[in-house]
Amino acid sequence: MRKSWWKILGVLLLVYTFIAGLLIEVPRNPQLQETIRNLFFHVCMWFGMMILFIVSFVRAIMYLRTGKHIHDIASRQYAGVGILFGLLGYLTGAIWMSYTWIDPNRSLFNSFDTVAREPKLIGAAIALLVYAAYLVLRDSIQDMDKRARISAVYNIFAFAMLFPSIWIIPRLLDSLHPGGSEGNPALDPGSASPNMRLVFYPAIAGWTLIGVWIATLKIRMKILYEQKLSQ
Amino acid sequence: MKKLILASFFLLFTFIVNAQNVTMADQMKENGKIYVVIAVILTILAGLVLYLIRLDRKISKLEKNK
Repeated sequence: MRKSWWKILGVLLLVYTFIAGLLIEVPRNPQLQETIRNLFFHVCMWFGMMILFIVSFVRAIMYLRTGKHIHDIASRQYAGVGILFGLLGYLTGAIWMSYTWIDPNRSLFNSFDTVAREPKLIGAAIALLVYAAYLVLRDSIQDMDKRARISAVYNIFAFAMLFPSIWIIPRLLDSLHPGGSEGNPALDPGSASPNMRLVFYPAIAGWTLIGVWIATLKIRMKILYEQKLSQ
Repeated sequence: MKKLILASFFLLFTFIVNAQNVTMADQMKENGKIYVVIAVILTILAGLVLYLIRLDRKISKLEKNK
């Protein structure tokens, strides 16, 4: 194990999240009830994804500035874990919305037409598909230097696409998701009480550290693999 | 003025009543079954973390051997 203090910190923060997240007092919201605790899991996936994509973006710029191959590997692996977090955020959101958004007089299947029009869902799907295209683009180029350069440039464009698709457009439109045309999707004081933040912020840090840990493992594996190939 | 105070008291009262009418998993906390859930999810977390630690150790070993 290498440089392990932040890994231990990440695990401890997650243990705290799992215990306190289920035990603290939460506001009695008639629509959400106990599902409000999903804030510590579902929302943290998106925060983790955003941070991992930022790291991937920075490493892509570093590759273009220095031309060092290690930055290319790191950029790719951070984007991969970021996409994993995004998919988990999407899936958990799908489960959560099935119990809180749908019209109680219609079945989940029949409510699909209203849910499918949610700007937040469409925006998040666009963002994830843009990053999925990054993986496809990368793997379609054989030459190593060309692949690294083109995918670094595309990574910067993909990062720029995140802002309209998940930060700006969904916030201008009305939505069932909190933080539509008013308020904030994660930190809305109307639905989240102050003591929930005592768990929420550590949860973001914990999940992000675990994501970074997985990404570093994948980077080290990739480096070993390429060293073996070049021997 | 009196009416206003009375009205605001009434409003506050209805808020409190509404807040208590929301069904929450209060019983799960009373009889302690929530700790069973915490034990289960912590076990899963421990399993995943042990897996990551083992992976990390193996990669470190490979890095030393090269």
